Amino acid sequence: MSAADLVTSTPSRRGPGHSRTTRIVIYGLLFLFALVYLVPLLVMVMTSLKPLDEVTGGNMFALPRHLTFAPWSMAWGEARIGVSDTRGISGYFFNSVKMVVPAVLISTLLGALNGYVLTKWSFSGHKLVFGMMLFACFIPFQSVIIPMAVILGALGRIGVGLADLTGWSFGLGNATVNLVIVHVIYGLGFTTLFFRNYYAAFPSELVKAAMIDGASFFQIFRRILLPNSTPIIIVTVIYQFTNIWNDFLFGSTFAAGDTAPMTVALNNLVNTSTGVVEYNVNMAAAIIAAAPTLLVYVIAGRYFVRGLMAGAVKG
Amino acid sequence: MTAMTEREAATAMTKRQPGPSLRGWFQDWLPRLVLAPSFLLVLVFVYGFNLWTLFLSFTSSKAFPTTNLIGFTNYLRLWNWTFETDPPSNWYTALVNMGLFGGLYIFFCLFLGLLLAILLDQKIRGEGILRPIYLYPLALSFIVTGTAWKLFLDPRIGLENALHDWGWTSFHFDWVVDPKMMIYCVAIAGIWQSSGFVMAMFLAGLRGVDGEILKAAQIDGASTYQTYRRIVIPMIRPVFFSALIVLAHMAIKSYDLVLSVTGKNPGGAAELPSTFMYSYTFTRNQMAIGSASAVIMLMTIAAIMVPYIYSETREQNR
Repeated sequence: MSAADLVTSTPSRRGPGHSRTTRIVIYGLLFLFALVYLVPLLVMVMTSLKPLDEVTGGNMFALPRHLTFAPWSMAWGEARIGVSDTRGISGYFFNSVKMVVPAVLISTLLGALNGYVLTKWSFSGHKLVFGMMLFACFIPFQSVIIPMAVILGALGRIGVGLADLTGWSFGLGNATVNLVIVHVIYGLGFTTLFFRNYYAAFPSELVKAAMIDGASFFQIFRRILLPNSTPIIIVTVIYQFTNIWNDFLFGSTFAAGDTAPMTVALNNLVNTSTGVVEYNVNMAAAIIAAAPTLLVYVIAGRYFVRGLMAGAVKG
Repeated sequence: MTAMTEREAATAMTKRQPGPSLRGWFQDWLPRLVLAPSFLLVLVFVYGFNLWTLFLSFTSSKAFPTTNLIGFTNYLRLWNWTFETDPPSNWYTALVNMGLFGGLYIFFCLFLGLLLAILLDQKIRGEGILRPIYLYPLALSFIVTGTAWKLFLDPRIGLENALHDWGWTSFHFDWVVDPKMMIYCVAIAGIWQSSGFVMAMFLAGLRGVDGEILKAAQIDGASTYQTYRRIVIPMIRPVFFSALIVLAHMAIKSYDLVLSVTGKNPGGAAELPSTFMYSYTFTRNQMAIGSASAVIMLMTIAAIMVPYIYSETREQNR
């Protein structure tokens, strides 16, 4: 049983019994903390459903008197994101989707192949290779961001040249492609770590038997390893999805203007509002930005926690 | 005759007998060839880029990278800025804020995480409902968390206004618009976001403690407090260590939370090394100084992570 399973499994019936007063204190504290964690979300939702005068003139804990969905449609379709952009966050939401889907799929597939090689086809020096790849999980991105900007700039110029020659830039210089590249590379450490640890526990006898039967490298991977990898695939996909969707540093550095991902657009929306801060619109936009990852958390919280624990404890 | 030999050759190939054939060589090297692109990418984009940044930190790069080496000048300047307190240099502010934010963030995440984990481990009804509530902030991006807390802490419409509305008119809480106190607001939002995660780590540790030991302690007449203080908490010491490492790592890397809570870090009041690096590199055209600060961040994280990774992988192999 992994560490995360210990968290998400039903608690065992053990531990000391408590007096009535102690139990009341325990439940009181737990309830109080639950409120502390929940209230900001509740205030966000309530604020997003109020007209602006109720936000600025009323109590933030009060329920909306005039329920309105205008801030939501405002945030989605009309809010001011940049100097000239008043089309809301919808376009940026889809920028994020276009970035996150390929980045998650590619980094997960590469991580699975790497984990497979490192555990079932290990060669001398495989520990060193793995150790070196692990370090990719922990570097502060500040220390790679300048060279990355230089390289992506060069790729962009190559893309312009190619477009002049062939009429197509092959995706070079496209902000979404750039972000996919960046997120795949800096996600490789984690995806490799997840699959390597999972496949290390996978019986090698099965792989050996298949080898003797003449199955090829990729046949073994596709027919034997992959069908038994569903849990770790879910964990990895969720982990990568959450991290890439929530990224801000890379998005704000490598994708400007119309091509920015959701988090960057949200930050721009919040900070460019002129005059009165339209908190209700900001909150609606923030909830929209948080919705995909929250949804994943609600649907598959168990796997979500497992990924976090694997990424942290066994890092 | 020819057909026969061809079939024989085909059989030999599918059996993949060792031999000097190109195909056999390919089969032997295929696993390494599959791993190679990923490893090369990491080699270039992680190790190569770190070295590149290190190189830039010794140049006189301004808006664009140059190869004009000037030795340790940039580090010397950062070193001098470290002691420039009146008026405080941006680097001095960044370091002080890092200490304040990092210290508060790590301490309160550990404290709240352990407290919640112990409370949850007392045969609680409804744990399945409470636990996800403590953990959900982790699914949010720091930008969303910051946006929410900015509203929450805004004195005109947030907590201060709400308490005035309820009659506590002397209540005063305007840290988020006070440059001196902004960094504490960043810490509050950070603790709110991350303490649930630490709770999960501690809970896993507590659940791994053998129940028999607790029973034995009870029979010997130890109080609950004594049991935790003297038996359980010492047993889960490795979790403290892991959580400390993870939190320190997150604190040093945190960047977006500062921007969103403070509204783009006005006047650099909530400067951290991460925001310092970004503004010197990309807005103040002092790329070499930015690189030097990035190298210092990298070294700090490496000093924390390398021994940790080393001990973890060693334990796994044992």
